Amino acid sequence: MEILMSLLVGLFFTIGTYLILSKNLMRIILGTSIITHGVHLLILTMGGLKNGGPPLLGESFAAFTDSLPQALILTSIVINFAVTALFLVLSYRAYKTLGTVDIEEMRGTADE
Amino acid sequence: MSSLHLMIFIPFIFAIIVPFIHRQCIQRVHTGWFVLAVPLSILLYLIPYIRAVSIGKTIQLELQWMPSLGINFTAYLDGLALIFALLISGIGALVILYSIYYLSKEKEALNNFYVYLLLFMGAMLGLIFSDNIFVLYVFWELTSISSFLLIAYWYQRKHSRYGAQKAMLITIAGGLAMLAGLILLSIITETNSIREMVSMVGESEKHKLFLPAMIFLLLGAFTKSAQFPFSIWLPDAMEAPTPISAYLHSATMVKAGIYLVARFTPVFGGSAEWFWLVSGAGIITLLYGSINAVQQKDLKALLAYSTVSQLGLIMSLLGIGSAALYLKTGNESSVYAFAVAAALFHLINHSTFKGSLFMVVGIIDHEAGTRDLRRLGGLAALMPVSFTLAVIGSFSMAGLPPFNGFLSKEMFFTSILTLIEQPVFGIRALAMLFAIVAWTASVFTFIYCMILVFKTFTGKHHPEKLDKQVHEAPLGMLVSPMVLASLVVMIFFFPNVIADYFLKPALAAVVPGQAGLDIHISPWHGWNAEVIMTLGVIGCGILLYRGLKKWLPVYQRYPKGLTFNHLYQLTLEGMEGLSFKVTKRYMTGIVRDYLVYIFFTIILVIGGALWLLDGISFYFSNNAPVNAYEMGIVVGMIVAALTVLLAKSRLTAIIALGALGLLVSLLFVVFRAPDLALTQLVVETVTTVLFLLCFYHLPELRREKSKLRFKLTNLLISLGVGAVFTVLALSANNHRFSETISSFFEDSYTLAGAKNMVNAILVDFRGLDTMLEILVLAIAGLGVFTLIHLGDSGQAVKSN
Repeated sequence: MEILMSLLVGLFFTIGTYLILSKNLMRIILGTSIITHGVHLLILTMGGLKNGGPPLLGESFAAFTDSLPQALILTSIVINFAVTALFLVLSYRAYKTLGTVDIEEMRGTADE
Repeated sequence: MSSLHLMIFIPFIFAIIVPFIHRQCIQRVHTGWFVLAVPLSILLYLIPYIRAVSIGKTIQLELQWMPSLGINFTAYLDGLALIFALLISGIGALVILYSIYYLSKEKEALNNFYVYLLLFMGAMLGLIFSDNIFVLYVFWELTSISSFLLIAYWYQRKHSRYGAQKAMLITIAGGLAMLAGLILLSIITETNSIREMVSMVGESEKHKLFLPAMIFLLLGAFTKSAQFPFSIWLPDAMEAPTPISAYLHSATMVKAGIYLVARFTPVFGGSAEWFWLVSGAGIITLLYGSINAVQQKDLKALLAYSTVSQLGLIMSLLGIGSAALYLKTGNESSVYAFAVAAALFHLINHSTFKGSLFMVVGIIDHEAGTRDLRRLGGLAALMPVSFTLAVIGSFSMAGLPPFNGFLSKEMFFTSILTLIEQPVFGIRALAMLFAIVAWTASVFTFIYCMILVFKTFTGKHHPEKLDKQVHEAPLGMLVSPMVLASLVVMIFFFPNVIADYFLKPALAAVVPGQAGLDIHISPWHGWNAEVIMTLGVIGCGILLYRGLKKWLPVYQRYPKGLTFNHLYQLTLEGMEGLSFKVTKRYMTGIVRDYLVYIFFTIILVIGGALWLLDGISFYFSNNAPVNAYEMGIVVGMIVAALTVLLAKSRLTAIIALGALGLLVSLLFVVFRAPDLALTQLVVETVTTVLFLLCFYHLPELRREKSKLRFKLTNLLISLGVGAVFTVLALSANNHRFSETISSFFEDSYTLAGAKNMVNAILVDFRGLDTMLEILVLAIAGLGVFTLIHLGDSGQAVKSN
């Protein structure tokens, strides 16, 4: 399972990086989202997979899955959501103001 | 705070007051009259010390500055420092007096002038009195800065700015090299005090950093004292007002390098490298300066090159004299120590006659409106006093009796001949060459001294070439050069006063082993080799001066491309051009390029570290099994991610991304993380909504029309990043340094009263993260709100 997950994470990083390197602002946002998924899965994988029940004390399991990575990922999900929201609105504003989503055309004005 | 320290700080304190005085007495009294009090008081303060120092006393006083770093301003007064201090204050007073008459109080910004001048004076005093090498360096840089300010005093002129920049670049570069040398020295000797370094000579010579320290230190000294090939800044520094040229660029600042060499001679002097470097550089500079001075058309440029050449003479004498430390004691050693005495004697002499010559040239400039030799001539009858002063100065520089230059020139020849008679460091083969070079340089020196006097003051007067009616300068302007010229003559008649009171104690400071050496200077030793050499110089000099017209055009043949000035220009422009080119190449302004650099660095650093440190390991024993259901999810995820990558429409991409998010939350379910699955589900839904909202307003995802190379680079970088992270994940999985700490959280019920471990961690064990994450959300919310409600700035660029 861990090997499979590692390969999946690698794939996510590859696709995300490729999207981030493109010229289109929208593709870049899509790329960041995919990389984020990759990071979350990576953290979870590093904590070890399926070596016990869910971290709920009410259930009577012999062992529990590591709870710390889960807390970290939960924090990360929320922060990433905030950043993505801001990023999206920013790109929307940029498009409204500049009339383009091509970042190669976003080179500042002549007097900058 | 002793009185000696106070004396060093007086110029600085006064520099603060000068602008206020200037504002009070503007247009009424020349500000210089008040400033004059500073060098005079310093001079009066120093005079009582002369007797004490001449019988071998030294004074050492400490002022704490940074005791924890071993950097204290220890003022140390001995014979060497005293010579310099008297030169600085004495000539400083004369220069200020001269500048009172030279600079008009209506037209010039006098407050700037005197503030810079006082800064320089204080820095110079601090430099020669500090025993601590780092304090010495501080003052050294202060002299560079104040000199820079003074050269560019008429900052409206392009040439002044150019000269100031050149002087600053060269001297500051040398100063930094010197700092490196000083730091190395302090590492070698484990002390910051020059006194203590001198006492540890034997041990420091064996250290492997000894030679680098020496070379760096000499770089500093050579740049400051305009030695070959760093002499190019001095002729361009002549754009400064003449009092400054007289003070800084003849009498004091250019002697700072000489001082440094003399001061560190006891530390480095016993080695062959020091001997060769110092005397070699000096002798080359001597020849280079004198040959170049002959072809100058501008009087100040001529004097600048002559200064370069005379500094080379002093430097070579110091180099030769350093052999005395190698020979330690005895008669042979004292013969070499004589060269040091000659150097110090010529240093004093040079300050006197060169200062007066500069002032005379300033007077000519003032009265005739030009310094161009081609327009001057026949001024002797119009300016008799200046003519007399110029004759005294020039003939002294040429080494003719009855002036002090003759004495030091004889001593110079004596020292050179010593090399032939008693060779050291295997100089036997080159000693003759040294003598020939020295003699040739003396001939050229004689020629330019004659040019200086006769081309300016004799011949035909051409009033039509000049803008002004020439007449003798006012008395006030003539006082200072008169004083210096009378010194020139007096030193010739009473040289042993100088020898007893100044040279002996200074010699003890430079060559400690020869402290008891008795120096007796007399103008006549009978018919010996030195006298014959001098007569040869005069004879050849007169012959060559007569035939000047025939051989001067030879200088025109020398290619301009091979001069050091040209080299300096090329270097400067080349460096600017190169850095501009390099910057333009990689700072493209395109975000994607910068991302390429960043990702490439990630691959290089992380991948490289994994590779080099043998971090790659695939070891799969403790892996969880994979079942078909999970495999299905993973396949679905791969398909979704690829769809996002290849989507041609906005909607497809968003839907695929949403599907990916949902599959991730399914995985969370599989991996026993209920809270994560829940959050992921909600967040993914809201994010998808946001994407839909925004993408609705954004244009369609068109296929990018980019070059194959662009895509290929992106693909390679992405594959690299993916591979690196895959390998990282696989390797990290098998490198567990310690057991997980999560067993601690399994007590969450007893510790925090919570059965949900993840929630207990979020709000109890690690509550701070959660609090700040809430803050992140709040800020993002505010940001989104602001962005949406922000009024259009009215510069919408609608491109098609």
